[in-house]
Amino acid sequence: MNFAVLQFPASNCDQDAIHGIRLLGHSARYIWHKESSLGDTDAVIVPGGFSYGDYLRCGAIARFSPVMQAVKQFADNGGLVIGICNGFQVLTEAGLLPGALVRNRDLQFHCEHIYLRTATTESPFTNKIPAGKILRIPIAHGEGCYFADEEALAKLKANNQILWQYCDANGNLTDKSNPNGSLQNIAGICNERRNVAGLMPHPERASEDILGSADGRLIFESIIAALKDKTVAQDA
Amino acid sequence: MKAKIIITPKKAVVDPQGKTVQVALEQMGYKGVTGVHVGKYIEVDLAPGTDHAAAQRALNDAAHKFLSNPIIEDYRLEIE
Repeated sequence: MNFAVLQFPASNCDQDAIHGIRLLGHSARYIWHKESSLGDTDAVIVPGGFSYGDYLRCGAIARFSPVMQAVKQFADNGGLVIGICNGFQVLTEAGLLPGALVRNRDLQFHCEHIYLRTATTESPFTNKIPAGKILRIPIAHGEGCYFADEEALAKLKANNQILWQYCDANGNLTDKSNPNGSLQNIAGICNERRNVAGLMPHPERASEDILGSADGRLIFESIIAALKDKTVAQDA
Repeated sequence: MKAKIIITPKKAVVDPQGKTVQVALEQMGYKGVTGVHVGKYIEVDLAPGTDHAAAQRALNDAAHKFLSNPIIEDYRLEIE
């Protein structure tokens, strides 16, 4: 499978994303934000970092980069897109995902391992996560508090679009386990069509044991499995 | 010619910065403060002779699409 990892000025988790995918034996390459075509791509990763210095708002400027037109087209055609941290922010600013990410409620930058509960395995991003498994994944953000108005939140719940929530080591959704004040402990969501996802935690930084946790691999393995299913369906 | 855009967080969004500043003001001894909301102020310089109405339309468009995020912010636009 061919993964495309976007690069905006000041993206800084692109290399880890590339590495994470290659560790799984698949192809990954960089796409500079000024490119207007994704080429031969099966899935897009919008990586973490501080694109454009987080100026104006996180992801507010990156969302207008030429490559995002191609990403929007790719998503409209059903392609799989995952935004990690700043990537999640870019996708909400671009309107590819609902809601917004605002400043952490305690105004602190949080750089730590957290626990995630997978709310549904019915998505191309969670299908390989064993039911009940708590993921230990690092976060590193100052603006990771997920906000959406009541109507949007109700829709997310009704459509099973919440993918991951912050929890304690035993999988309980507690306020203490919520590092940034996100509504309903939301760490990651997908769109209605379930082909675009975003999450604040960094699965690429939990892609091998030497990093302290390899739980993040399960998210990439889910994407790969979903792509394989697609290919089989197409060939049939 | 100058356009002034004031961007403020929507009431529904938790504003920890505003709250922190409010607490600090109270601790400094300022009485009667019932709320603080921290936002953004943007000035856009326009070429002399720019049509006022056209500038209003264009900047409202820019403010809605880019300078502010309507999900979490409100904005006010003034052109002088």
